[in-house]
Amino acid sequence: MIKLNLNLMIHQYFCLMIRYLKKQNFWFVFTPYFWLVLFFFIPLALIFKISISVSEWGMPPYRDLFSLSEEGFKFDSTLSNYLFIFSDPFYIRSYLNSLSLAFTSTILCLVIGYPIAFYVAKSQANIRIILLVLLIIPFWTSFLLRVYAWKVLLQGSGIINSILIHLGFLTEPISMLHNHYAVILGVVYTYLPFMILPLYGYLVKFDLNLIDAANDLGAKPVNTFLKVILPLSLPGIIAGSMLVFIPVVGEFVIPEMLGGSDKLYFGKIIWDEFFVNRDWPVASALAMSGIVILVFPIVIFQLMYAKYNFKNE
Amino acid sequence: MSNSFLEIINVTKRFGNILALDKVNLKIEKSEIFSLLGSSGCGKSTLLRIIAGFEKPDQGKILLEGNDITNLPPYIRPLNIMFQNYALFPHLNVTNNIKFGLKEESIPMQEINNRVNEILNLLELNGLEERKVNEISGGQQQRVALARCLVKKPKLLLLDEPLAALDKQLRIQTQFELVNLQNKLGITFIIVTHDQEEAISLSDRMAIMQNGKILQVGNPVEIYEKPKNNYIANFIGTANIFHILNKNNQVIIKELNYEIKDINNNKNFNKCLIRPEKINIKKIENQSDNSNVGIVKEVAYLGSYTKYLIEVNGIQFYSFMQNSLVSDNLQIKWDDKVEFKFNDSSIFLFND
Repeated sequence: MIKLNLNLMIHQYFCLMIRYLKKQNFWFVFTPYFWLVLFFFIPLALIFKISISVSEWGMPPYRDLFSLSEEGFKFDSTLSNYLFIFSDPFYIRSYLNSLSLAFTSTILCLVIGYPIAFYVAKSQANIRIILLVLLIIPFWTSFLLRVYAWKVLLQGSGIINSILIHLGFLTEPISMLHNHYAVILGVVYTYLPFMILPLYGYLVKFDLNLIDAANDLGAKPVNTFLKVILPLSLPGIIAGSMLVFIPVVGEFVIPEMLGGSDKLYFGKIIWDEFFVNRDWPVASALAMSGIVILVFPIVIFQLMYAKYNFKNE
Repeated sequence: MSNSFLEIINVTKRFGNILALDKVNLKIEKSEIFSLLGSSGCGKSTLLRIIAGFEKPDQGKILLEGNDITNLPPYIRPLNIMFQNYALFPHLNVTNNIKFGLKEESIPMQEINNRVNEILNLLELNGLEERKVNEISGGQQQRVALARCLVKKPKLLLLDEPLAALDKQLRIQTQFELVNLQNKLGITFIIVTHDQEEAISLSDRMAIMQNGKILQVGNPVEIYEKPKNNYIANFIGTANIFHILNKNNQVIIKELNYEIKDINNNKNFNKCLIRPEKINIKKIENQSDNSNVGIVKEVAYLGSYTKYLIEVNGIQFYSFMQNSLVSDNLQIKWDDKVEFKFNDSSIFLFND
């Protein structure tokens, strides 16, 4: 009986969903937005509130913005947290390190991912399914575990060192871990599928006759790529780059596990400010600055790009 | 030795186990419209792709004006191809699609613009210059694809099913336009098609292909009237094919028990073809002693002519009658007895 009811409920749910989708019902469409407001903008507002509060010992480790005492209503706010992080080159450098890590890994993911995406998109349908599953399989394992696996591979007594010594390229193990190259490796490895999948989505629609047509009209392979293939896969390149670049700027786990002290990254600094220094206002100011500096330009860019695409459809 | 414009010598191509082209030899002359006709999978598109340079033959050579172009990449070959789906660049507008090929050559901008304007006029594409290629109609897309090739002034234009994507009315109109254009420009056209009517009405000469082989090359009249074998006879138009008996110096159509008297070349042929429009039928009321009598099994009125399926001695054949004499023809109904007649000169004898 319960099973029957469950089936009925599922059926009714989908009937309802389809009816609402057809009607573009306001509540149905805006439910996800309310969700976002609740769980993204409200926490963001709280972070902003902390970032303009005054730091002090206690729990929580900041003073309330508004307080009511014998002296009356008091508004206690400060911009000193922001002034502090922008006057200390340490924070700016860590932010630039993160930007450069994100930039390098995006380029590497693009260079490695583009041919893979093209190959997958243009292989026969039955092979394509297998290749796509292979791309997605890593997601079935925990992200932490996969990064940890790299730690095992790269360490002094790890497989890579052992093989190199065995083959005679090295006499004693070298330290491959705890430097920013290991971080780049880990980031590229982790984020590669996020580049490949959107690229694949655009390249799979690409008509191979266009390559032949360009060749036939006199375009050498380089020009065919630059004038035909690249412009037509540009939306995929942009989508993939966004999916890699934005999260990598705030990436914390990979630098923490594979990185060393040679370069400090933004995500790690925020973590340290929150949980080691317990300076919540400075940590919040860092987080807010990161969002403002990075996200706003990207949002504006994407809006403009969407408008441009819409016009050209 | 005088060379043909394009010579295909012993070209063989395999895809895995499939023999796509089997020692194909073909000579195509300058300024002719040549069709490659065959059902799908016969190798005609592979041959076109080899001429264009997208595929390399396993064996054999391609000579263009006596020069071996077998190993030239497509972007160097002085020929162009128009694709079945047109393969227009969706990110470029009409003008930039047409300009694409010219920009790859080092031609001054002024001349590029002149040539583009010239071709826009020729193909009546004025007013569409700034339009995106997916905003224009199928017929316009076809003309943009044609313009994009012709603006390069190729020595040879390959057309892969040029009319397949158009609806019927437009297809017939475009056929004439293509022929006029070719006459005006004098460029050699090679057309790949599976549509026999299209091939017959467009081509100066055509080749019939099957299983990677060329079965027959000739002008449309030769191919239609004198097909080399059963397959070709049936592929082009409707064919009535009968067996021939040779005995006592008599040549007899076995199924009809009809002796062919007017015959000049008495080789031992085993089959004959009589096209349906060459068989005339007439309704007969009462029993006649004439042996050429059959029964109408099907009547299909098709406007300008009527198709009749006639049965004689258990075999069936077609007769097509012009509907110019409406009153006579329309009286013929199912299961009527008819007398059929044909000239001995309209019988084509062949071996298969």
